[in-house]
Amino acid sequence: MTDQPVVSLAGVEKEFALSGGTTMTALTGIDLDLRRGEFVSLIGPSGCGKSTLLRLIGDLTQPTTGTVTVNGKPAPQARLDRDYGMVFQAPVLFDWRTVEENVRLPLELTGQERAARDARVREMLELVELPDFARHYPYQLSGGMQQRVAIARALAFSPAILLMDEPFGALDEMTRERMNSEVLRIWEQTGITVVFVTHSIPEAVFLSSRVAVMSARPGRITQIVEIDLPRPRGLETRESRRYFEMVTEVREALRGGDGGAAPDASLASIERAEAEGVIG
Amino acid sequence: MRRALALLRHNAPAIVVLVGGIALWEATIRGLSIRAFILPAPSSIARALGENWTAGYQILPAAQATLQEAGGGLIAGALLGLAVAFAVARYPSARDIVLPVGIAVNAIPIVAFAPLANQWFGSQSVYSKMAISAALVFFPIMINVLRGLTSVSASSVELMRSYAAGEMAVLVKLRVPNALPFFLTGLKIGTTLSLIGAVVGEYFGGLNVALGRVVVESASTLAFEVTWAAIVVVSAVGILMYLAVLAAERVLIPWHPSVRGERVA
Repeated sequence: MTDQPVVSLAGVEKEFALSGGTTMTALTGIDLDLRRGEFVSLIGPSGCGKSTLLRLIGDLTQPTTGTVTVNGKPAPQARLDRDYGMVFQAPVLFDWRTVEENVRLPLELTGQERAARDARVREMLELVELPDFARHYPYQLSGGMQQRVAIARALAFSPAILLMDEPFGALDEMTRERMNSEVLRIWEQTGITVVFVTHSIPEAVFLSSRVAVMSARPGRITQIVEIDLPRPRGLETRESRRYFEMVTEVREALRGGDGGAAPDASLASIERAEAEGVIG
Repeated sequence: MRRALALLRHNAPAIVVLVGGIALWEATIRGLSIRAFILPAPSSIARALGENWTAGYQILPAAQATLQEAGGGLIAGALLGLAVAFAVARYPSARDIVLPVGIAVNAIPIVAFAPLANQWFGSQSVYSKMAISAALVFFPIMINVLRGLTSVSASSVELMRSYAAGEMAVLVKLRVPNALPFFLTGLKIGTTLSLIGAVVGEYFGGLNVALGRVVVESASTLAFEVTWAAIVVVSAVGILMYLAVLAAERVLIPWHPSVRGERVA
């Protein structure tokens, strides 16, 4: 059971239909197994399909060919079983709900009894260190705090997998580094499997046990870099020689994959359109 | 006490303009000796209001009757607007049928139907006035609520999907709360419209004790101070209804930018 991969992608290909009857291959030949408790980052240029890959795992979009298996089940079943929590680039908090009500949202859907639910919400707010802000509305919080609420919400029903789609892309560098440490602490505390999409090399190296390097046109995984930095990781990690070596290795892998080709703007716009619900 | 002072300071400009405007009006009428049937002075309007409050034209009971008609029309129009908006949001194919028809009907000057409504529901009945009010209120409520129900962000819907939430949960937890501020906006527009519908309905006959009747009858006997008094009271009723919706907003959507921005520092 423990040997079984939490997420397994086999021969996955994803095509988008374009207007005029043509198709665009967003992803091709994706084979990837994630071990339980692993922290894997997907990194690549805009338009390499990394967000699409994440959405395939989460069954927010379906592969054209190939299979996505989560916890031994097809991805759609895993979604119905609430096997994963999702964190988007924007916090996507509901404006009309206070912080604690936002964190409670997924628990309301599972129909948990009130006392257990409230205890869980308190526990999650302590995990992201926001218990004093339970009664605040989202507009009263900073961007970093809002994203912490989104993480608490994603973890509320103890999913097996946490899917994060450039969650700190909109934050300033200082806040981003603080959030990175925060995520690592939460990951170590919960033992959850994390799939993390980013376009920041330092972020990917600092966080991950493995970094899947992707290239565009068509989107594919060109290399998987094992990050053997010791844990727990902190400020010293970011200043260590090994860290810089790993950053360089990932950077070279990125460059090698596609000869530094210009990002595929058309796929980037398709991904954006799909995320906005225009197509899909 | 401090809060009351802050509130006073916040509203001081509006109060000064209002009081100053009335004073200027009074002074102009007296100074230029303008005749009352062209424009009566505020003081004579106030006197007419006092004299006809419960006696004479019975403005107070008339206001109560008109408020009842407008309120009934507002509620009926709002319920109808809500029902259609939910149906159209649920079945998008209905949108292509309902919206053009709704827009076309809305383009008809509904008040022109007032004599017909009196014919259908009885000119003495409050229901004919409510029907006109409701017809006016229906469209802004329907359009606003529909927009609120459908203008949810794609990410929010994906978030709900990631929780394996069904259509019903998405409706209750996401679409309805998102539509609430839109509904209240529609309701604010509706308060004024419902009053217009009721008063215009009364012009074409109805209960003798109603503000529209007071306007028509006082004007026909050249008692223009009373006409003006009735207009002042109609406005007051409209403001009262508007304030009621505003108060509801403060309770129901304290998080909304329109409400939190209004707070006095």
